Amino acid sequence: MADNTAGNARQERLSTLASASSAELIELWDRAGIDSACEMVRGPEIGLVALRGRIGGGGALFNFGEATVTRATVRLENGAVGHSVALGRDRRKAKLIAILDALAQDPDMESKIDAEIVGPLKESLVVRDKKRRAETAATKVDFFTMVRGED
Amino acid sequence: MTISEKIARGGFADPVFAAQTVFRAVMDAMARPGAVHGVSTDVRPPSPLNATAAAVALTLADADTPLWLGAELARSDAVRGWLSFHTAVPFAEFISHAGFAIVANPANVQPLSGFALGTQEYPDRSTTIIMQVETLTSGAPMTLSGPGIKGSRTIAPHPMPGHFKTQWRDINGHYPRGVDLVLASENAIACLPRTTRIGEREV
Amino acid sequence: MYVAVKGGETAIRNAHRLLANRRRGDPSVPSLTLEQIAEQLALACDRVMSEGSVYDRDLAALAIKQARGDLIEAIFLLRAYRTTLPRFGYSEPVDTAAMQVERRISATYKDLPGGQMLGPTFDYTHRLLDPALAGDEEVEAPESHESDETPVVRVSDILAREGLIENDGVSESEEIGDLTRTPMEFPMNRDTRLQALSRGDEGFLLALGYSTQRGYARSHPFAGEIRIGEVDVEFDVPELGFTVTLGRIRVTECQMVNQFQGSSKAPPQFTRGYGLVFGQSERKAMAMALCDRALRATELGEDIVAAAQDEEFVISHSDNVQATGFVEHLKLPHYVDFQAELDLVRRMRAEHAARRDSDSDSDSAMPEAAE
Repeated sequence: MADNTAGNARQERLSTLASASSAELIELWDRAGIDSACEMVRGPEIGLVALRGRIGGGGALFNFGEATVTRATVRLENGAVGHSVALGRDRRKAKLIAILDALAQDPDMESKIDAEIVGPLKESLVVRDKKRRAETAATKVDFFTMVRGED
Repeated sequence: MTISEKIARGGFADPVFAAQTVFRAVMDAMARPGAVHGVSTDVRPPSPLNATAAAVALTLADADTPLWLGAELARSDAVRGWLSFHTAVPFAEFISHAGFAIVANPANVQPLSGFALGTQEYPDRSTTIIMQVETLTSGAPMTLSGPGIKGSRTIAPHPMPGHFKTQWRDINGHYPRGVDLVLASENAIACLPRTTRIGEREV
Repeated sequence: MYVAVKGGETAIRNAHRLLANRRRGDPSVPSLTLEQIAEQLALACDRVMSEGSVYDRDLAALAIKQARGDLIEAIFLLRAYRTTLPRFGYSEPVDTAAMQVERRISATYKDLPGGQMLGPTFDYTHRLLDPALAGDEEVEAPESHESDETPVVRVSDILAREGLIENDGVSESEEIGDLTRTPMEFPMNRDTRLQALSRGDEGFLLALGYSTQRGYARSHPFAGEIRIGEVDVEFDVPELGFTVTLGRIRVTECQMVNQFQGSSKAPPQFTRGYGLVFGQSERKAMAMALCDRALRATELGEDIVAAAQDEEFVISHSDNVQATGFVEHLKLPHYVDFQAELDLVRRMRAEHAARRDSDSDSDSAMPEAAE
């Protein structure tokens, strides 16, 4: 990566988009009114990623199964190439993410995409996680030791 | 064109049918060693990778087949990026770990016995070497015999590895271990599977 | 021996049509949607994903519907679908320490950092059938409490600080085993064994795990920690040159801690068995961890005295798709085979009768022995 911060921003954007719900992504995309003209270079195609864990949680690697993924690569008229890979078999989602990845290589579009799509999606994920954590926290056990009374 | 654009372009326009067509050509060529099979493909790989070798690689290589590139190809980031993008292939550091190898200039290739030859139990765990050649018909002729060849067949690829006939005879001695060769010119392929023997001209 | 037999095409066609009809059931009852299966039979989907070895909730729901709820058939369907897909690559190892925890318990430490969180568990329910569930009654929203965001430390890391427990497992070989790519060979490394156990049949592993508790390869297990929750799947995308998160999967992890008296190969300490499976599958993860520990007998210098320690026995029979295939193939026509056996049995009977006759002939030569 020539520019590490650009790489990090792109990485974070792609990760948020892949983790987001498809319905919400499509809704925000429609609202942002982005032109989606592009040439499909590859896909969207469905395949598998082999999943790896670590023995004992932190030890040597082992394969423990696979997950379906969908990936896409698009090319815009200006030559920008965008990629996407996300869990699941949602071709439309994969294509939209790849287009957003390509568009975001233009700094003006990048701020629009981050503000109108990526930001809200990230916020939703945070809210969802927070809600789940709070629900789990409510099932936390409070131990209290029974006093062994001599008197 | 940016490097990422160069890498992303030039794959099969219709991956499923194109790969099936090339697979058929490779299968036929392996079944009839030395016979020249035309391959017309729409792939446009970065040079010095030729279109036929590239089409064979796109057809056969994937994330589970470590690929080793000869020096001329390994030097090109565009070639590595292109193959990696279109096949997800990992690159092998050593020729003995390679499932596939692509060599742009066979005259400079490492000794064939250094590639993966497979094991007695799993002779298939060996390297299939794709060699780019300028011609399949106007080099020094070799007479081939063995399974898939009625009597004998002549092939004349150029360039080829040094002392090729001696090397090949040596590899033949390891059967069922061995390597298989795909010779790829600009528009055709011919194969030398490990069962093929190379005779002297007069044989 | 199998001999090609023609015929039966119409019967097969009609049987499939009948199957489709019976699968649908009474048409006046609404058809199940995949969303209903995925949401309300979530643990069935988890089992199908785990043993089908493909993480895809919607596909698991479809498989369950198509299999009429026969989970092994559904697992078979998912495995068959899997073979049609290309593999794009390998994920980075999932980090269970960074899990978004939905349940976390330990039977070894009462007060552990992060606490014990019961989550959506069947434990402590009275196992009384609840007639209210027959209807569609409104369900209370879950209670919420404030929580901090600090990651929940793994119990094995706490024990490790005292030096009383072995480290996380190391691998015997550099290459990471993959039984979907390479034929199985015994003895196998622990990584490949764990892969086999993770996709193994829950019932089979449960029974074997149970057997180790009942004295067949005693291993003194404690549930050091069980955690269920979501982990990020990260994938290095070559064309991007960096790792991206592809989304999240829910997994269950079990750290079994076993007292160990020491052997010529290892000092007395706590040893560990490890379980990691898709979805909320606590029983399976625990059974996997018990079997993992039992199968480490050779590595730890223990005597192999029980079925659960016999690697070839356990791993060769843990896959329910393979097991189903071999058991159910007995339904295939064995007509010629059986004819040959019939001939053989007839001949043996004739010989047996002839022998008996000649024996009784010689018996009758001694009249006093008769009766």
